[in-house]
Amino acid sequence: MGAEKRAPAFRPAAAGALKDPELRANFRRAMDGLMARRAALFADPAEWRDLRALGASIRQRTLARLPALLERLESKCAGNGIRVRWAETTEEANALVLEILRARGATRVVKGKSMVSEEMHLNDFLEKHGIESLESDLGEYIIQLDGETPSHIIMPAIHKNRRQIASLFGRKIREAKYTEDVDELTGIARRVLRRKFFEAEAGISGVNFAVAETGTLCLVENEGNGRMSTHVPPVHIALMGIEKVVERLEDVPPLYSLLTRSATGQAITTYFNMITGPRGAGEKDGPAEVHLIILDNGRSRISSDAELSATLRCIRCGACMNHCPVYTRVGGHAYQSTYPGPIGKILTPQTEGVGRRHDLVHASSLCGACAEACPVGIPIAELLVRLRREAAHKSQGSSVLGAGEGRSRWESLAWALWKAAHRSPALYRLVGFAATRFSRILPSGLPILSAWTGESGQAQGLPPELLKTTRRLREAPRPARRTLHELVEEIGVDDA
Amino acid sequence: MPEGARERILGRLRRAPGAEASPSDFGVMERKAWPAAERYPRLKRMMESVKTEFLEATEQSWPQAIFGFLQSQGLSTLLFGPGTAAGGRLSESWPSGDGALLVPYDRPVEEMKERLFDEVDAGFTTTRGGIAETGGLILWPSPEEPRLLSLVPPVHLALLYTDEIYDTFWQALRSQGWAGGMPPNALLVSGPSKTADIEQTLAYGVHGPRRLIVVAVLRGPL
Repeated sequence: MGAEKRAPAFRPAAAGALKDPELRANFRRAMDGLMARRAALFADPAEWRDLRALGASIRQRTLARLPALLERLESKCAGNGIRVRWAETTEEANALVLEILRARGATRVVKGKSMVSEEMHLNDFLEKHGIESLESDLGEYIIQLDGETPSHIIMPAIHKNRRQIASLFGRKIREAKYTEDVDELTGIARRVLRRKFFEAEAGISGVNFAVAETGTLCLVENEGNGRMSTHVPPVHIALMGIEKVVERLEDVPPLYSLLTRSATGQAITTYFNMITGPRGAGEKDGPAEVHLIILDNGRSRISSDAELSATLRCIRCGACMNHCPVYTRVGGHAYQSTYPGPIGKILTPQTEGVGRRHDLVHASSLCGACAEACPVGIPIAELLVRLRREAAHKSQGSSVLGAGEGRSRWESLAWALWKAAHRSPALYRLVGFAATRFSRILPSGLPILSAWTGESGQAQGLPPELLKTTRRLREAPRPARRTLHELVEEIGVDDA
Repeated sequence: MPEGARERILGRLRRAPGAEASPSDFGVMERKAWPAAERYPRLKRMMESVKTEFLEATEQSWPQAIFGFLQSQGLSTLLFGPGTAAGGRLSESWPSGDGALLVPYDRPVEEMKERLFDEVDAGFTTTRGGIAETGGLILWPSPEEPRLLSLVPPVHLALLYTDEIYDTFWQALRSQGWAGGMPPNALLVSGPSKTADIEQTLAYGVHGPRRLIVVAVLRGPL
């Protein structure tokens, strides 16, 4: 690594987040609510089982036919008057957006919610080029005002409570008076943004499903800001990852149903917006131009692995993070990844390098709650194990980015010793003898050992009553005074 | 476009062994069905739970019902598409004198954007039916009925015939043959605009209409 930019690390960020009781309370409350609402909407287990199997099969069928479906989508869109462009990297995608905006002299842009645009860091990029790019989803608007990134893919401002938002609005919005009333706060945002929709020269959105059969871009939302961004300004630019395509229009309803129920526990969202073209002949409104930018950014590499390609089934509902005991405690920012939580733990290491982000593949207890909640059956825990292996040893024919680069010297040394001890009876006995007789004088700060017994490192900063419990539960394991071999020999069992 | 990005992406995808396809069983979608008489009450219950309001009327009375509603709510302008059959009914039977003014959306938005954003109180659209499973209306904007009619005015009134309610979204798009030709914009709407982005607390009327009124024309088995 050396001169390369230092890789983000989950562990210290998570330790910091754990010490913030306000943050933890905000997440705990939100995740409990989301889990309860989702459970109520999937009350019929047979329906959940069948619908999930259908959703998984649709996504899997899409991935199996990805190149053909993308070509079909492109030609259908072109036939409908939507201009399609491709980008391999986020830099290329940013440049394409800028080129379209510059050609129209656009300097004011309103945005609907788009995780791909977060991958691109599009707002920063456009601002550097003198273009105002304003988030219009209420949650995204809040965090943009505060110079933050989303902490959840569906509820981007979930880490903030109403007092924090009230004070933010009071500081940053000129005409706003201080209020903690949610309706009034929403009203303030409505007034500001309505003007912005009116003035904007271009609108940018993501895509939830792109239908190859008809060349239709589907957008799921509750607020109406997505419709405002895609129908009011004269230019609409839609951004999608290559995996967002589906084969047929009839594939959409089951996925849409799984998405809204899993994400927010809604039977249906307020709006389901299907865009199949720019303003048509005789139409009185709608954008004159619609552009679609199809971004790869590492996805085609993921799709080449039969097992890991399941990562690309994801429909971005966020249920995995809502159900994750780790995410609920540390929040989204600790992951330092555009996609936090379980899906981020498998996606980000594959797009940024499993060596560089091996912190993420280990940020899991492998409890499997994520996979159980996933509406398209992504075996997240299994993929985490596979990526842990890839981080340490590149498997044969592996196409995983950065495979083998996540090896730890101490861990390798420990396993080398383990292996040696288990191949030589004499050495094994010696290690057993030493461990039972001298373990009490080993410093607990030794590498590996400290991660195992590290109460001192991680429990700092906890309230005293919690610290006591933690100490009791995390007592360092101590070997017995004599080895099992010695004990069984003593009672006369032949230890051959 | 970046030189060859398309070919390189597609090339990588074609070379990849990738995922294996499994057949899709749509049985779970087919099983979702309700008797005709239950569809409207279900749709109504689902949509009322997200704060949609209902104005029930007959084939004869619905224009009057809208006029009376606007008057009772103190709403003074109604934007509508004059080119549809329903739009025609509305303007023919609209009482003159006191009461809300009918404003036709009959020119490009560029010529009436200020008025649309700042002056119009309500917008009227037809629907292509509704969805019983989840609640929801099918909207099909057209040259006669522009897209922003159902989005920019603070109140949206939508005309629904209660015998045009499908079991599911899936059934609706198959029965109406959507795959054969989609309009530039089509949408489902289930309620007034809403958000829960602040502390998961529901707030209505964030960017789109603050109120959605379904003008339900009662027909068929009820």
